Amino acid sequence: MDLENQKRVKEFAEEYGAENLVVVLGAAEGEAAGLAAETVTLGDPTFAGPLTGVQLGLAVYHVCEPEIKEEFDPEVYDEQVGMMEMVLDIDDICDEMNAIREQL
Amino acid sequence: MNSVIKGASYVLVHTPDMVLYNGTTQTTERIVNPDSEYLKEVPNHLRSYEDVVAYWPNQTYIGNVHPDQLAEVEFPWYDKKMEGADRYGKYGEIMPEEEFLFLVQASDMFEVVKLEKGFVEKYKDQFAKNPIITEDIVALTEDGVELSEIEALINDDHAEPLYFENQLVGCVKPAHDIDVNLSAHVMHENLMSKASSVLALLYGVRNAGIDKADVEYVIDCAEEACGDMNQRGGGNFAKAAAEVAGLVSASGSDARGFCAAPTHALIEAAALVKSGAYKTVAVTAGGCTAKLGMNGKDHIKKGLPILEDCLGGFCVIISENDGVSPEIDLGMLGRHSVGTGSAPQNVIGSLVADPLDKVGMKITDIDKFSPEMQNPDITKPAGAGDVPLANYKMIAALAVKRGELDRKELANFTKEHGLTGWAPTQGHIPSGVPYVGFAAEDIKEGKIKNAMIIGKGSLFLGRMTNLFDGVSFVIHGNTAAEEEAAAGVSEEEVKGLIAKAMKDFAATLMAE
Repeated sequence: MDLENQKRVKEFAEEYGAENLVVVLGAAEGEAAGLAAETVTLGDPTFAGPLTGVQLGLAVYHVCEPEIKEEFDPEVYDEQVGMMEMVLDIDDICDEMNAIREQL
Repeated sequence: MNSVIKGASYVLVHTPDMVLYNGTTQTTERIVNPDSEYLKEVPNHLRSYEDVVAYWPNQTYIGNVHPDQLAEVEFPWYDKKMEGADRYGKYGEIMPEEEFLFLVQASDMFEVVKLEKGFVEKYKDQFAKNPIITEDIVALTEDGVELSEIEALINDDHAEPLYFENQLVGCVKPAHDIDVNLSAHVMHENLMSKASSVLALLYGVRNAGIDKADVEYVIDCAEEACGDMNQRGGGNFAKAAAEVAGLVSASGSDARGFCAAPTHALIEAAALVKSGAYKTVAVTAGGCTAKLGMNGKDHIKKGLPILEDCLGGFCVIISENDGVSPEIDLGMLGRHSVGTGSAPQNVIGSLVADPLDKVGMKITDIDKFSPEMQNPDITKPAGAGDVPLANYKMIAALAVKRGELDRKELANFTKEHGLTGWAPTQGHIPSGVPYVGFAAEDIKEGKIKNAMIIGKGSLFLGRMTNLFDGVSFVIHGNTAAEEEAAAGVSEEEVKGLIAKAMKDFAATLMAE
């Protein structure tokens, strides 16, 4: 995850409290989604950014996961995400995300 | 009449030593974690020049292998060598580091580049023998200096070291004592970009079959900025490189827009020529040292060599319609505007579907799309997937949503209308432009009738806006003959129609 984004997530967690934050990802690959999810839960696995060794344990979902999809107005979702839903390997993304969440 | 693509060049420069000393992944690691295992491992994972030349994607980039041929080579490619690979290709070459350092010195007008005596003695002739390097360029290089002088410049004057085979062979001095924009680091980065752009310009002119003096304007679309503390991005790489390349009639300017810049620049060049402002414009870009070894950590972790070991450069010559060469159609440009929005659907819609709607074409009417043409051998092990394929899937999905493609045809579409990526991950270098040379040839040969070039840019990296950016254009066959014929025929047709109408009228009168 981009170092600047890690910094911002960390600042938001301090400002609003980790329990009040949900991180929604839009990564195009399962592996990339998993890495980002790991960064905001267990800490930066690349040991490069501000979240190195910081276990924020934030709630984190990919925008294509069913839990998040049902929060949307279906028309807006179709307009904004419909095309990508057709393109992405949703099962792979969900598996990666679940694997990270299970470690919490 | 539309402007045409007169020629294109693609060059690579193998710079393994700059991977370790100038790539930001490595320089950042040196600051954050100076004793890291990664830094120790880097030299063991650098490829030899021979391996770089025999690498299939590199041979594709310089024009010896067609992308269709590359697609037939079993993936991954890093562990395969092309038999009989040549450093020279029809579009350019893969220049070795030892020759490139001389071109860098020739490109330096302020005597900041110093090369060591022994190194100069050993390799200068090799540089001079390169057929594309003319005597006037060789004459711009200097005599070598003592190693002790170079060491003193590095230790006392903050000069940036230059290495070859991990040995100190030269340095780039700062061009000012306190101005950070003229520091040795910035001068190094800018001179590497400039010198690789010079190489691209030389091949561009050769491939277009024009005289150097024919080029009236040069647009540089790389991602570096040159200037001093009072004008950080003052410019102008374009004219500076034109000078070294000997384009005596040219002025120029720099176009910037992250990875989208080459496509912006090509549209601007095509418009300048079509408007009559200039007859011939060269769009050029050199490479980026900062991005060398960008994904090195992932490559090493997965046991791969560091595949980001080359600077990339390209040049496209745009000229007045010659009745033969493929045209850039300015009547169907795509652009991501401020109000477009950032959802992938909106982005692809604005770049791909909107320009086609203007002329009543469907997505499936475009034979080949050239979006972000990054080599998947580099991006896949780094977790970024196959970037061109992801683009093709999005374009196909949009075609499905628009009812222009059956959902079952989605996978086929990516093969038939797509290309396998082959370009180095040098930011602007893989963005749309790598296919321009092949597209022009494929169209001339009748292999395809058109191609869409798509440039996309991550503007938010500059922290001035959160916006994304992109532009696109379509290349198709030359229509000059049709246009002329249409103009001629229509006049005669009109006359014929009038004569026929008068006869019919007369006949009706007689019948009455």
